[in-house]
Amino acid sequence: MKERKQLSVSAIKNGTVIDHIPAKNVFKVLQILGLDNVDEMITFGTNFESKKLGKKGLIKVSNVFFLDEEINKIALVAPEAKLNIIKEYEVVEKKVVEVPDKIIGIARCVNPQCITNHETITTRFQVVSKKDVSLKCHYCGKITDQENLVIV
Amino acid sequence: MKNRSLVSIDDYSKDEIIKILDLAEEFEKSPAPNLLEGKVIATLFFEPSTRTRLSFESAVNRFGGRIVGFTDSSTSSVTKGETLKDTIKTVSNYSDLIVIRHPLEGSARYASEVASVPVVNAGDGANQHPTQTLLDLYSIRKTQGTLDNLNIFLVGDLKYGRTVHSLLMAMSHFNTTFNFISPEELRMPDEYKIFLDNLGLKYYEHLDFTDIISRADIVYMTRVQKERFSDPMEYEKVKNVYVLRKKMLKNTKDNMRILHPLPRVNEIHDEVDSSEKAYYFPQALNGVYTRQAIIASILGLT
Repeated sequence: MKERKQLSVSAIKNGTVIDHIPAKNVFKVLQILGLDNVDEMITFGTNFESKKLGKKGLIKVSNVFFLDEEINKIALVAPEAKLNIIKEYEVVEKKVVEVPDKIIGIARCVNPQCITNHETITTRFQVVSKKDVSLKCHYCGKITDQENLVIV
Repeated sequence: MKNRSLVSIDDYSKDEIIKILDLAEEFEKSPAPNLLEGKVIATLFFEPSTRTRLSFESAVNRFGGRIVGFTDSSTSSVTKGETLKDTIKTVSNYSDLIVIRHPLEGSARYASEVASVPVVNAGDGANQHPTQTLLDLYSIRKTQGTLDNLNIFLVGDLKYGRTVHSLLMAMSHFNTTFNFISPEELRMPDEYKIFLDNLGLKYYEHLDFTDIISRADIVYMTRVQKERFSDPMEYEKVKNVYVLRKKMLKNTKDNMRILHPLPRVNEIHDEVDSSEKAYYFPQALNGVYTRQAIIASILGLT
């Protein structure tokens, strides 16, 4: 019997592959990166087997390359994500995401009495811990930790 | 400090805090009745706080300034559904400085970002109340002659009390020794203890203060509210422990003074009022000088 090695998601010629996304957060990553408003071809999948994460998600975007500060925005939902930059079907660069010092938008403040949960305000946080992410609200000063993290 | 909003006590450095206190002292000695002539101060009280509002309005009136505003949100366009942003942007047109009191946390910071004039936070929910802190510091310095190396007792609800948290942050500039006296359920949160640890400042925690009050330079009393307890029995057990009575003052230092942000309910017994160590009413008067100093310094009128 012949062994078949098959790619679950087809290869791209030029663009970015984002791998090792926690399975349930693929749609959040698409949203944070604004990929729901991109005209280029995007293939993505989730619940692939992964030794590291159990189940993982994967996104391939043709002809889109991200700046570091853009890609770091997904650190909150995909801290272990790996990026492969593809040119002419070859991986030319690999990147990992890094939790930034400040988070603008993206997350919601855990404090129900915070003004940001009552008016249309872009949330702002200072990252006080990067390992188990913990965010300090610029407005009310309360800490939102990983457990209570809600992506807006 | 000119044109800069005051939202949180850590918006001011140690030097800036001292500048405000010096200025307040100046206004106490020699009032400047026309300093705010031609100026309009807005006092926007989205929730009632009679004491704070009157203190601000007294400060402005004694300077000859004018006041516009509202005393609670039911009499403003908030009831029509106006956003805070729109209210602040509108009132920016009518005034030289906005004083805001709002039940939501972070509201004053947000207001300072959308306003075209400086904003002073007169309390945003359980978050910050920096003018209270500055008047507390003024009262401490005035009664002790210094802010340095004092032993400060914080008594009562140390978990939820924003005044004690801000006071702790501000006093941390002055090599203070802290004694925290509270019921188990209302202890000082860890984040503040870590903050003091990092600065190498000393603090001690107690459940009772009858035996140690003789060491205090300042006893800062706060209310222990029944609704803060998950178990009402717990409240009944401790409620009398955090009441200050005259007989407890017997062996206290001569320079010791009792402060309270007011309103008081029963945590300082009436009989204490006649003691020369009771300072909570003069403390309220100091609020007027301190708020004058804050307004004058932000408007650059010094």
